[in-house]
Amino acid sequence: MSVKGFKSHPYIPNSVPEVEQEMLREIGLHSIEELHEEVPDEIVLKENMNLPEAFGSEYELRRHVESLLKKDESCADNLNFLGAGCYQHYVPAICDEINGKGEFLTAYGGESYNDFGRFQALFEFESMVAELVDMEVVNVPTMDYAQAAASAIRMGCRVANRTAVLVPEAMDREKLAVIRNYCTPDLLIVEVAADAGTGCMDLADLKVKLNENVGVVYFENPAYLGMFEMNAREIADAAHQAGAQCVVGVDPISLGVIAAPRAYGADIVCGDVQPLGIHMNYGGGQCGFMATMDDPKYVLEFPSRLFGICRTKEPGEYAFADVAYDRTSFGHLRDKAKEYVGTQTALWGITAGVYLATMGPKGMQEVGETIMQNAQYAAERLAALKNVSLRFDAPVFEEFVLDFNKAGKTVTEINQALLERHIFGGKDLSRDFADLGQCAMYCVTEVHTKEDIDTLVSALNEIL
Amino acid sequence: MKKIDRSSKVRTGFHQAKWDEPVIFELTQPGERGILVNKADAKVAASVQGTKVLPEFLRRKVAPVLPEISQPRVLRHYARLAQETLGADVNIEIGQGTCTIKYSPKVNDQLANLPQLREMHPLQDESTCQGIMEIMYKTNQYMCEISGMDRFSFQPSGGSQGILAMASLVYSHFKARGEERQRNEIITTIYSHPSDAAAPHVKGFKIIYLQPDKDGYPDYEAFKAAVGEHTAAFFVANPEDTGVYNKNVLKFTKLVHEKGGLCAYDQANANGLLGVTRARDAGFDMCFFNLHKTFSTPHGCGGPACGAIGCAQFLEKFLPAPLLQFDGKKYYYDFQTTNNTSAIGKIREFNGVAPVILKAYAWIRSLGPNGLYQVAKTAVLNNNYMFKKLMELHCVDAPYIPGKQRIEQCRYTLETLYRETGVGTADIQRRMMDFGMHYWTSHHPYYVPEPMTLEPTETPSKEDIDEYIETLKYVFDEAYQNPKLFKDAPYRSVCHQLDESNMDDPEQWAVTWRCYLKKFH
Amino acid sequence: MKEVGLIINPVAGMGGSVGLKGTDGIVDEAIRRGAKPKAGARAALALRQMLPMKDSLQLLCPSGEMGERLARELGFDTKVIYGCKGKTSSRDTVAAAQAMADVDLLVFAGGDGTARDIVSAGVHCTVIGVPAGVKIHSPIYATRPERAGELALRFLHGSCHHTREAEVVDIDEESYRNGRVRTSLYGYLNVPDDRDFLQHGKASSPASEHAEQESIAAEMINRMRENVYYLIGPGSTTRTLMDELELPDTLLGVDLVCNRKLVQADLCERGILQRLDEREAYLVLTPTGGQGYLLGRGNQQLSAAVLRKIGRERLHILATREKLLHLEGRPLLVDTGDADVDRMLSGYARVIVGVMEEQVCRISGE
Repeated sequence: MSVKGFKSHPYIPNSVPEVEQEMLREIGLHSIEELHEEVPDEIVLKENMNLPEAFGSEYELRRHVESLLKKDESCADNLNFLGAGCYQHYVPAICDEINGKGEFLTAYGGESYNDFGRFQALFEFESMVAELVDMEVVNVPTMDYAQAAASAIRMGCRVANRTAVLVPEAMDREKLAVIRNYCTPDLLIVEVAADAGTGCMDLADLKVKLNENVGVVYFENPAYLGMFEMNAREIADAAHQAGAQCVVGVDPISLGVIAAPRAYGADIVCGDVQPLGIHMNYGGGQCGFMATMDDPKYVLEFPSRLFGICRTKEPGEYAFADVAYDRTSFGHLRDKAKEYVGTQTALWGITAGVYLATMGPKGMQEVGETIMQNAQYAAERLAALKNVSLRFDAPVFEEFVLDFNKAGKTVTEINQALLERHIFGGKDLSRDFADLGQCAMYCVTEVHTKEDIDTLVSALNEIL
Repeated sequence: MKKIDRSSKVRTGFHQAKWDEPVIFELTQPGERGILVNKADAKVAASVQGTKVLPEFLRRKVAPVLPEISQPRVLRHYARLAQETLGADVNIEIGQGTCTIKYSPKVNDQLANLPQLREMHPLQDESTCQGIMEIMYKTNQYMCEISGMDRFSFQPSGGSQGILAMASLVYSHFKARGEERQRNEIITTIYSHPSDAAAPHVKGFKIIYLQPDKDGYPDYEAFKAAVGEHTAAFFVANPEDTGVYNKNVLKFTKLVHEKGGLCAYDQANANGLLGVTRARDAGFDMCFFNLHKTFSTPHGCGGPACGAIGCAQFLEKFLPAPLLQFDGKKYYYDFQTTNNTSAIGKIREFNGVAPVILKAYAWIRSLGPNGLYQVAKTAVLNNNYMFKKLMELHCVDAPYIPGKQRIEQCRYTLETLYRETGVGTADIQRRMMDFGMHYWTSHHPYYVPEPMTLEPTETPSKEDIDEYIETLKYVFDEAYQNPKLFKDAPYRSVCHQLDESNMDDPEQWAVTWRCYLKKFH
Repeated sequence: MKEVGLIINPVAGMGGSVGLKGTDGIVDEAIRRGAKPKAGARAALALRQMLPMKDSLQLLCPSGEMGERLARELGFDTKVIYGCKGKTSSRDTVAAAQAMADVDLLVFAGGDGTARDIVSAGVHCTVIGVPAGVKIHSPIYATRPERAGELALRFLHGSCHHTREAEVVDIDEESYRNGRVRTSLYGYLNVPDDRDFLQHGKASSPASEHAEQESIAAEMINRMRENVYYLIGPGSTTRTLMDELELPDTLLGVDLVCNRKLVQADLCERGILQRLDEREAYLVLTPTGGQGYLLGRGNQQLSAAVLRKIGRERLHILATREKLLHLEGRPLLVDTGDADVDRMLSGYARVIVGVMEEQVCRISGE
């Protein structure tokens, strides 16, 4: 017999041999090999799996993992200017304190009776995000911005009962790939050209592509490449005139200073709350949301859970439960797509709630102002460098595209040189947007001091 | 003082923390703040226009109506809500069947919180990410060894997204052959998770359900009638939530392959099979694991999570981009598949939920091959021990394969209890909370009448399992002696029994505090 | 003040204890065998649950044992709206039900036979059945008398305000007594749609039964071809299909549809056979009558001759998962009276259970 177990493992109480024997006896067996009698012998493994042996102690495990992670260079020890969907903001200590609480960390799918606090915290998340985006209904969070956008697009198409979708050409290629996969084969995704000067949506091209099949016009504010969508109102109006729904993606941390998209015509809003108190986690901190007004036409199309406030049998007492649990996505006969719900990103939703409660209206306003000031300062200083310019001429929130085409060096080379100076340069756009040539997208937030920005400026000055 | 009485295991004195904590908006004190925010340097602020660059229509006129609360009060609020949440850390987790709630080792959480992971941007230069890339690459190798597959992707961030990824792989496979319109059916079983149907719908597939036969296996005769030239794939869990392992699984996968279809394994129930049997050996072309279930990462109230998807080599070219590679010296991302027009492209932004992958890695390394095998054996031992004890009770039964072993969980039926007392599984669920216990019924519709689904993973001790059984017995006795008691249960939870009558009514439902104020003030 | 109708079939349930399967038509025999009335006591169990709302209810009842006596005994504000004379019969049930057509809720105690009488009275109000008879096959009954009372209370409180249609089915007692089971669908009654009433709480994402029917209808409409006849059989699922097509429906009959238009309503066998000569025709069926009968129960116009002409390939079967579930693995049944046709129809078939969803089910002759 060559397959062996692991007796008295600290995570497996009943691997203690005496206990194991007693329990086996109870069920009329002699050894653990007699378990799994229902699995046919021809597919039972005869040897132990080829995996590294267990560490002898928790300490050894810790040392091992730490030694691997020491190979990493983090944004805590380097100066980071990468954004592109995952953002470095200050995470208040209280956010980590709450999401590290064992009760939240290890709860899962209980009812209100078991997990009252989880229901309330997520109801509060929905409520605070609703204030931020000036909408009335927000879901228990989904995977990420891309998934939120994909679901919002499907929702919008169900409401409009149409199957074509217009998206900006200058959007995140990764997000577009997620949307394409999620919407194919039911929906047709069509890209609308960007204005070469501003990077905003080309209204003329939009009007050419709008027709009676278009169910959703999707755009973002700020747009992927950092600029505000200056034609937002015109896009929303054009969409509505064509009978389409207007779906707008936002960066929620901008909404202390930026108008909520409903003000210029959004029907569905989506975005990612990672900037709100969640560490970057190498891309593991993403957490998407959708929002609409409280109209059953929209509410019944949400594929996600919606926690609402609920009565109990005790007069005056309240609890929380699922709203419209029986809702299906069969709003319209011709729509074939039923979406699904499952484990998503609840803990990050709770965390974003803590962040918003901590920041309050004042904090959100201030952080928005700081970000815009820092970003503008950085953009102006960098654009003043020799052979460097801003690629687009439109106001930005926290990201801007630097044009290095005249610099005589590729972005790869520049970023390599920056890296040697412990600076993570902006995202190289040459792969995703070949037409732009050698451009990079820099992200500056409230975590960057003037010295940080000046360090970048002088480093680039040296390199170029 | 008398000797403390420990004759009963049942926690009759339990009461869940109940704080009557207001909804956060009610805590507002105008002027209070929770934190001071970094301001721009005075010189920076003086040199730029800031928000003045915004056109009028983009300026926020009214500040968001967020609560204004001091930091200690925010902390206390959430600390109280945490106490009102029955996490696995404080509870004997047997009652959330199918969810594989096991111990999530604290050391793994601490490791994932190190800045060399937490403060990492996903687009950093590969040379600065070799540590986490190595962890992801090796976790991929371990998953391959555990499942027999050739390659894993960690992009799917939950079980349902894992199923979507499998459906997308199936779609890609047939699209590359120009057969995506013809091969448009996915066969699954009525016991499968609702997402096994819902996620493939998103990829345009029609779902064909099979009913169970007398043993609880998918009905093979019906299966034969269903498989054909339209079959894209067979999606199935084995064991299903009944805990019954389909012995004939090879016969099923073989037939699908003969007819040109693919076989996809929903391994949400893999905990009892680690090191015992593998997906590929049972004839599957792809599978997914829930790292937040089988591989111990904490459930986080419902994510972040990972539904790692693995496949055989011939499907690798369709996996979401990028794939993580190793050239012998360094780890790097390979974007080759983005050039494949039939490939999935992307399931999630960036490269998966890194902290979850790291925790799964650490868990595997803390157990090794012997430990993983022990996990499966103990999980199955615990379940069969519990099964035997519960089946001795008059009011408990379980459909299918009488006298045979179950794998890691079982779906019981309390039909007898209901018939004899009027107390049903939903009543038991509420009453179990009065003793601090989770309890789960089943997905809908209930194919097993008055279902009770229990899954004692490898985590609980014999003592814990006995306590759960004693508590169930106690509650069943109550049902016979005083069925009226159940009408208003629970009594010792945070809240009393819910009256959900307003939850389907657009005039009354309130998904946000804003809606609540609008409708009820 | 809310008005609640109360009808008790005083002889319901008497047959069971004395070895008779139901009392339809043989009350005297039951009494001769020593049967004691039970329905009143069962109704009392239900009504007691409603006492908390006593002051805001008025009970409308037939006189005496059919309601009045119990209502007064429990102290309800009672109004007699129908006087029974002598021994009560199903005619009294029908007449009493008709006299209370406008009540907020009708609570009645009895069995499937009683439910049939209520259906034949043509009432449209919401009803709750208190199980008191021997035969309880119609899903309009609460699982227990107390649950019926609780549900009534919830409904009158407004805590449960959705209703749904539920089948009224009955077994032919004559043949049942002779050991054969033949059920038929007699119509539909509106019942409160309460999660508890349906005997289960909630789960991940169940579509309500009607939403499921709508989804099934949507799928069927997606599949309908142009210029082809569709014979729409009886049942509430097929009725939803007609609703979605915005066409009038004969609930217990067969209608003919072509290009989303009604060609002819309520066809008889001869009518169907004539139409089958005109063009290609499909038959859309749903199991009715509680036992999974596709054919042979309450749809005699779909005869063996009709089925032979249509053929097995041109059959669309629709059913909610809930309904298939109640079969507990038993096959769908056909009984056309022609063994060859039954055999032709037997085997595995795909039943439409939702948009792009089918379930493989076995069809069997008896």
